[in-house]
Amino acid sequence: MYASIKSFASSFFVTGDPLIYGADVSIVLTSIAVLFVLFYFKKWGWLWREWLTTVDHKKIGIMYLFASLLMLFRGGVDALLMRTQLALPNVQFLQADHYNAVFTTHGTIMILFMAMPMMFGLFNMVVPLQIGARDVAYPFLNSVSFWLFFFGAMLFNLSFVIGGSPDAGWLSYPPLSEMSGSPGVGENFYIWGIQISGIGSLATGINFIVTILKMRAPGMKFMKMPMFTWSVFSSSIIIIFAFPILTVTLALLFIDRYMGGHLFTMDGGGFPMMYINLIWMWGHPEVYIVVLPAFGIFSEIVATFSRKRIFGYKSMVFALLSISILSFFTWVHHFFTMGSGADVNVAFAIATMAIGIPTGAKVFNWLFTMFRGRIRLEQPMMWTLAFIPCFVVGGATGVMLAVAPADYQYHNSYFLIAHFHQVLIGGVVFGYLAGIYYWWPKLFGFKLNERLGKYAFWLWNIGFYVCFMPQYALGFMGMTRRVYTYGWDMGWGPLNLVSTIGAFLMGIGFVFQVWQILYSVKYGERDTTGDPWNARTLEWSIPSPPPMYNFAVVPVVDERDSFWEDKERRDFAPAPPVPVSKLESIHMPKNSGVPIIFAACWFIAGFGFVFDWKWMAFSGLAGVGISLLVRSFTYDTDYYVPLEEVIETEKAAGRAV
Amino acid sequence: MSQHPAGAADHGHGHHDEHENHGSLKAYVIGFILSIVLTVIPLLVVFQTNMSKNGIIITIVTMAVIQLLVQLLFFMHIREGEGPKYNVMTLILGLFIVVVIVASSVWIMSFNSVVQ
Amino acid sequence: MQHAIEHNHSKHAADSHDHGHHDQESMKVLGFWIFLVTDCLLFGTLFATYIVLKGHVDGGPTGKELFEIPGFVAETFILLTSSFTSGLAVLAMNKGKVNQLIGWLIVTAVLGASFVGLEINEFVNMVHEGATISTSAFLTAFFTLVGTHGLHVSVGLIWMIGLMVQLKMRGITSVTRRKITVISLYWHFLDVVWIFLFTIVYLMGVM
Repeated sequence: MYASIKSFASSFFVTGDPLIYGADVSIVLTSIAVLFVLFYFKKWGWLWREWLTTVDHKKIGIMYLFASLLMLFRGGVDALLMRTQLALPNVQFLQADHYNAVFTTHGTIMILFMAMPMMFGLFNMVVPLQIGARDVAYPFLNSVSFWLFFFGAMLFNLSFVIGGSPDAGWLSYPPLSEMSGSPGVGENFYIWGIQISGIGSLATGINFIVTILKMRAPGMKFMKMPMFTWSVFSSSIIIIFAFPILTVTLALLFIDRYMGGHLFTMDGGGFPMMYINLIWMWGHPEVYIVVLPAFGIFSEIVATFSRKRIFGYKSMVFALLSISILSFFTWVHHFFTMGSGADVNVAFAIATMAIGIPTGAKVFNWLFTMFRGRIRLEQPMMWTLAFIPCFVVGGATGVMLAVAPADYQYHNSYFLIAHFHQVLIGGVVFGYLAGIYYWWPKLFGFKLNERLGKYAFWLWNIGFYVCFMPQYALGFMGMTRRVYTYGWDMGWGPLNLVSTIGAFLMGIGFVFQVWQILYSVKYGERDTTGDPWNARTLEWSIPSPPPMYNFAVVPVVDERDSFWEDKERRDFAPAPPVPVSKLESIHMPKNSGVPIIFAACWFIAGFGFVFDWKWMAFSGLAGVGISLLVRSFTYDTDYYVPLEEVIETEKAAGRAV
Repeated sequence: MSQHPAGAADHGHGHHDEHENHGSLKAYVIGFILSIVLTVIPLLVVFQTNMSKNGIIITIVTMAVIQLLVQLLFFMHIREGEGPKYNVMTLILGLFIVVVIVASSVWIMSFNSVVQ
Repeated sequence: MQHAIEHNHSKHAADSHDHGHHDQESMKVLGFWIFLVTDCLLFGTLFATYIVLKGHVDGGPTGKELFEIPGFVAETFILLTSSFTSGLAVLAMNKGKVNQLIGWLIVTAVLGASFVGLEINEFVNMVHEGATISTSAFLTAFFTLVGTHGLHVSVGLIWMIGLMVQLKMRGITSVTRRKITVISLYWHFLDVVWIFLFTIVYLMGVM
């Protein structure tokens, strides 16, 4: 009995590495601390009512934001572990198999559990406010999406201490990821973690498309929508067409692993390259999914801090929409070297270069918006300015990679690593950070401290170039990605050391940002006006933080940037308060506990499938079905905020008399 | 925007039918007959004729596409409803991308395989 | 939109309440349409995989040897008829006849269940002939594609039963009306997918 428990535990828990024991201890301690606080201060009810069951898009956005910052920490630690291992030749800091696990989880977490939720956080925090809506189209589904992401991320991260991490690369190429190459449970964690959160992402895509189509304030025609809303719309279009492909691809891999299928195996007629074809059909659009909202954020910030309308609004919209369609025509450039023939490679090389055109048009629009503008160098604008050169270099190296014959030289080298980090950090991360700095006062009611923010900004920016510029050179010197270590004779040592220093500078930058948030909670400049940046769009017309129903009176829009035009018309005097007689009771959705239970059941099912415990998998699936039925039989899903409460809230904010 | 209360089942019902008329019995019967015909034709083409293989494939795929349109028009009523037809636009874009996925997968993966 | 009307407060609230429901229900139907389009993408990807791997039989049985013509022809006509009867259910709903509506839903569900039964029977026969999901890439792709469709039909059956209970409890309201509209769309959609399975998998398989 004891022996069987011992052998189960030694295969169930990951053992033998001090890093992992450290993680075990910190997970247990953090959990105990959280439980203690909740019990001691009797906060369970508060947590359940205010957060876990909420359908309020603002709170869901905040939860996405903090979860993604946590994931940024985890993915960042992975990055630093890798850079430490590569700092010098022949370092024995990580074992080879640990290194494989670390680069796999770094990539997966950064794209799927950091960039995506941070993006959804911004969608949620901003879009309904920007279009004058009181919530998203399907608030309940929105909560479902969040919890699916959350439990998917939990399942994925659990692999670090239970069962073993996936280690076949961030896209799990077969045949390595098949049972023959990865007999452990790590790949199962990968598949189910992503699958569960992927369903949530798809639902979010549908949700925001319908929100933008149907929930805009009266008078806000399509060509009067703010640019960020347009970028969310374009991104959501890509989501709804790309994520089903991911779902299928991972399901197929799971069928191979779990049911002994032969789709991508080396035997039985399997065709591993088909997986690579399929995963990049999702994977390439995915990078546009995450970068388009960043473009939207820059457009908002550039206009606000240059005190000008965005230059070339129509061309911006056209560029966004054409990128969203073109993004489905470029995926083969990730595997030019597969050798599917000159005709295929040429077609996709041209499509890849073509997508650079609308992207370039946008860069010029931002530059022309700043031209002769009255530029204020506040934190959001600094990140925007840092983004432009960084993204231009990243884009240019991207076009180099798009040249199919030359790609045979760059493929899977550090040149590629440097390129995509430049567009993903310089484009996506800088963009989202800019967005967080910009909309933080709206959601929390105070600005983030400027001085600490500047330290973080410079650490990130200098660190970025120090880290990644040497990697372009390393690529030309023959260093390939995913190498675990290298010899002194390769001559890669000095540049790798420089690169590692840069990575740690970015790490310190992140620490400054955490400090900045904690510091600003107490000392940050409070925003009493609701419009701290003198901005242009509707979200700034309401108090910060906004009341639960956002808009007491639904705004009527008659032009682009109509909030700005209103301010100009009254010469930037404060908006007159609304007479109480104009207020009314407000129709809102009710909170629900079903989404978190539904997602937790998916987690149970996923965990069961990971370890092939059928009783657990099928009871989890049964829970999923029961949750759906419970929701279907619930008819009492909404309520009215009483007029008295609306009047009281508005009076307290000084918005009604 | 219309002001009639849609929540009450019996009130304003006639008005409702004008707006959300989900086809008539006639339309459903026509659609059903067309579907049967469009299913029988491919069966006959495959089992009863001596057309070339490509000819058969083109014929039966065409029949399937027509049947898709029949079901969309007669059963799923894509022509009806107020306001812009966002559902139709999404559908067209989605089908376009489906065609891209299928056709280019076959094209890309045909380099050394037995794709027919 | 509502602000233009001068009402006393409570009346106004009641008005916008109903109005809001109407908007909400039509918005939910739109969301479901978009979901169906994503489902098209899901099946499209499975079709792409199947077509690419169709020839990869690895010396095992081919479609021509395995597919039984009476079986899949019967499945086709059964599903086609069920698509028609689910339309008749919507027609009954529009006339406000709840019992007729439930009746047609029962007919649709029975047809759907017999479709699933035939498909399971087909699968079992194939497995008995030694053609399992792990025999070859072709068969993995086949079972995955056809099985995913069958799974969709099965989920639709459970959903339909749930809706019949709700109709019994609540009759035809704006909410149940939307739910029936949505499931009938789903059901027609599954029929359309089957048409392509019938054409590309079965007919082209036995050619």
